[in-house]
Amino acid sequence: MKRDAKARVVDWLLVALMVLPFVLSMTLKVLLKPAGEGISITGAQVYFTIPMPVMDLPITESQVNSLMVVLSILGLCLYLTHGISVVPHSKRQIVAEWIVEKVQNLVNSNMGAYFSAFAPFIAGIMFISAFSSLSSLLGLFPPTSDMNIVAGWAILVFVLITYYKLKGGLFPYVKGFFEPVFIFAPFNIIGEVATPVSMSFRHYGNVLSGMVISTLVAYALQTLSHKLLGWLPGVLGQFPFLQVGLPAILSLYFDIFSGLMQAFIFALLTTIYISTGFPQEEYERRKAKRKKALHTA
Amino acid sequence: MLELAIGIILAGCGIGAGLALIAGIGPGIGEGNAAAKACEAIGRQPESKSDVTSTMILGCAIAETTGLYGLVVGILLIFVAPNMFVNILLNAIK
Repeated sequence: MKRDAKARVVDWLLVALMVLPFVLSMTLKVLLKPAGEGISITGAQVYFTIPMPVMDLPITESQVNSLMVVLSILGLCLYLTHGISVVPHSKRQIVAEWIVEKVQNLVNSNMGAYFSAFAPFIAGIMFISAFSSLSSLLGLFPPTSDMNIVAGWAILVFVLITYYKLKGGLFPYVKGFFEPVFIFAPFNIIGEVATPVSMSFRHYGNVLSGMVISTLVAYALQTLSHKLLGWLPGVLGQFPFLQVGLPAILSLYFDIFSGLMQAFIFALLTTIYISTGFPQEEYERRKAKRKKALHTA
Repeated sequence: MLELAIGIILAGCGIGAGLALIAGIGPGIGEGNAAAKACEAIGRQPESKSDVTSTMILGCAIAETTGLYGLVVGILLIFVAPNMFVNILLNAIK
């Protein structure tokens, strides 16, 4: 019984770890963001800058928010896996097992057995992206509508792709750029660089366009409401009645559907790019050769 | 004179943003085609509806990329570029 109480305390602490980062970033936003006039579309707020030798390092809203998202996901993972047993007896263990199984299935069916260790990474990318996009529901600045954050993920994925391409040897990698004829080299190099650019633009553009469109619609409805219902007495005339309803439906599409969709697509494209870039046969041939050389020596 | 220069910058940015959004035509047609084919496929094999739908949504989201390039360029031209170009102009005059 005493152990039960202890476990419950730990549970509450983990739930707090899950919720507190968002509360913290909301507090930061309230404290540090200057009050704007009406609705405006701006980039991420720069909270403060750290002086650096070459260039000042700005700490922006989106950086802080994305770190908070990471902390919150850490809390979620610890909460879901706290007190797991061989025979599942709690709902959250079933949820955790369901998530792990789904991601492992996705990775195994898209990347093959060699990459089965990639499942945590893919799940991590998916969850960070989804939580970042969904954090706009709390009124926070979604980190995914900042190009820098998404470009960081895309560059990480690009490094991974290149690493796995290089597993087939440096020469085949360089030779791949001169396929089918050596004149095609510039196009191949552009195509290679286009991968992270298109990945980051896709995600950023989707989230940002949702934000811009819903802000514009909210602004238009506010203006319309003031024009049409401004004759009402007192507070009623000031209250934008027309803003009730439609922005919520737009948010359902742009924030929830589009955000989750982009998270899934980003993760899926990561799996596909990494596994198609990896020269499986070449790698196995080289490995066997090296093993043979080691054997004879 | 300065007002004229800034006016030309703003007009150029606005027209450029409008032209950039022409990129939205392609994905519109493409995604419409994808949805039409998906409808045909579901009509032929109603039992494969969930597979077809998920593949179609994925394909649509990827086909959207070119449109989003135009959108990003348009947004940059409206919100970022005018400020930047005016600053460049003012620095050049100084």
